Amino acid sequence: MHKPRMHLVASFDIAHLQYLDEQGHATQELPDFATPDTLLAMYRQMALARLVDDRAVKLQRTGQLGTYPSTLGQEAIGVGTGAALQPQDVYCPYYRETGALLERGVEIEEILAIWGGDERGQNYAHAPEDLPLCVPIATQLLHAAGVAFALKYQRDQLGRPARVAVASAGEGATSKGDFYEALNLAGVWKLPAVFVINNNQWAISVARSAQTAAQTIAQKAVAAGIPGLQVDGNDVIAVRAAVADAVERARNGAGPMLIEALSYRMCDHTTADDASRYRPEAELAEAQKREPLVRLGRYLRAGGYWSNEAESELQRELAEILERALADYRDRQKEPPTAMFDHLYAALPEAFLDQYDELAGNGGS
Amino acid sequence: MAQITLLEAVTQALAHELAADPRVVVFGQDVGANGGVFRATNGLQQAFGAERVLDTPLAENMIAGIAVGMATQGLRPVAEFQFMGFIYPALDHILSHAARFRNRTRGRLSCPLVYRAPYGGGIHAPEHHSESTEAIFTHIPGLRVVVPSSPARAYGLLLAAIRDPDPVIFLEPKRIYRAAKQEVPDNGEALPLDRCFVLREGQDLTLIAWGAALKETLAAADQLAAEGIEAEVIDPATLKPLDIHTVIDSLEKTRRCVVVHEAARFGGLGGEIAAQINEYAFDLLDAPVARVTGYDTVMPYYRLEYDYLPSVERILAVARETLDYRAGGAR
Repeated sequence: MHKPRMHLVASFDIAHLQYLDEQGHATQELPDFATPDTLLAMYRQMALARLVDDRAVKLQRTGQLGTYPSTLGQEAIGVGTGAALQPQDVYCPYYRETGALLERGVEIEEILAIWGGDERGQNYAHAPEDLPLCVPIATQLLHAAGVAFALKYQRDQLGRPARVAVASAGEGATSKGDFYEALNLAGVWKLPAVFVINNNQWAISVARSAQTAAQTIAQKAVAAGIPGLQVDGNDVIAVRAAVADAVERARNGAGPMLIEALSYRMCDHTTADDASRYRPEAELAEAQKREPLVRLGRYLRAGGYWSNEAESELQRELAEILERALADYRDRQKEPPTAMFDHLYAALPEAFLDQYDELAGNGGS
Repeated sequence: MAQITLLEAVTQALAHELAADPRVVVFGQDVGANGGVFRATNGLQQAFGAERVLDTPLAENMIAGIAVGMATQGLRPVAEFQFMGFIYPALDHILSHAARFRNRTRGRLSCPLVYRAPYGGGIHAPEHHSESTEAIFTHIPGLRVVVPSSPARAYGLLLAAIRDPDPVIFLEPKRIYRAAKQEVPDNGEALPLDRCFVLREGQDLTLIAWGAALKETLAAADQLAAEGIEAEVIDPATLKPLDIHTVIDSLEKTRRCVVVHEAARFGGLGGEIAAQINEYAFDLLDAPVARVTGYDTVMPYYRLEYDYLPSVERILAVARETLDYRAGGAR
């Protein structure tokens, strides 16, 4: 049979970035930011995220917290991403975010309040422009595109400094239209946006292999005409380097980027999930060998920057921080019932005053 | 002064706010060089530039989602959906985010945005182009739903919607986009949201309608007037939050009420209005609140669309039943 003649019109490559291997050995010269102090600070934040997650799960198990999504095993993605942003940038998170929120200055007590059924937790004291946690899958990516448009508009039309919107999502979110719509718009409008995907291999019980036939998540950028990069998401240096480069690139007007961070969800999806129903034990055991905290710890110890004594001291210090936050969380007073109306509109329309009064115990109809 | 259509009043309001407020951006499919499929954004990109009047890629969900992000950064996005029948992919962002950001963040962030869409039947369009599903939106806490029914109200209410600090669904009755002209001074004066407009005063019957259905409702009121029956005609204009007090003030006089809407009956806003009248003013009534609505079926293709839409005859028939109603069944 005659084979028609065709010619190649497009091709692509996807690169993978790693600085520290599973044993904590540097695989190449580290980036400039990777000084011992910076690495120790990121180690500390990852350890704090792990401690907060561990305690939050225990609080849920003992009826002191609602449903909670742990980041166990994925701490490098949140901390590496958060550390790569400038304070004036805008973070647009999904919901598995302990490390990134801590980096952004969100209080532990605020994180606990969110999952403890209190909207005030999202009224961040120290991250005034960051978006709240986003539960509907992938929708935050479009909000990030809108924020990025606004930041570009404020720079171009209103003379404000260049800022960047950074959004996160899980790999399951990349199956949704919102994901592609956000990348597509960011590409065609050249928006200052960076999309970071936590590819932790599981969308609740659906494995990465059942999510997409694409060889990498990063290559999904190609269809939107923007660069995509895969990083070792358990290597906090690689995550920070990749996100920092993408953020500075976007800040300089070069447009958006997609970063796929490879990791593994060593925890349940949330406390409402039981991963033992679907996750192979052997896979978890393998993942534990690659986890981010041990990896960075090995590197720091090999360089003489870390020790058992330092670790004990750090754990003592972090435990104290956590206990203080827990005390504040436990002391939180419930809002008055009328709070459910107080921020529904800028001013409550007259049509709902009866219901407000009923909640306030002032009669009503 | 030149007289303008409802459609031109929309354009005039958009132009006024683009000129007055650098935070305002207008975007959607074909709103740029093409000026929108109905021409609601005619000339705006030429006047205000492609940085502020933007054609988007083709994705309604995306249009709604980016508006949320823009608004949280203090812009005043005005997004156009080409037809109400194509909003549904965007509901996730409207319901789950635009309507909730202020509450979710306890006032830290908000969504001052406007989602515009032509709505309603009667223009001989293909399927999906004739929808009246405003009740989907009026059910959502945190939204405002506004429907103009004249050039002056289109101008004044759209100015108010753009300036409002919360999200507004602005539904434009496309059947009357070009049906009537009116002098509308471009003076930047907004009309109040959350207030009914009494379009015609009367003491015998209260007729409530919005959007294009007001055309038939006002015609029915004219017919009744010729017979010596004076109907009060109320345009809620803001469907949510609903100004029930103006309705009740009217019922103090008329004691009888008919609600007219193009939308299907079940779960339509007429039911909510009837329920609120029951709750606030049952003792005023001399007759049950009646409804003249679209039928509880799919909006038909255009050969049958005027069989579906409330007609002057249907409104008159129900109005007469309501006027003739006597308690105890003696109709």
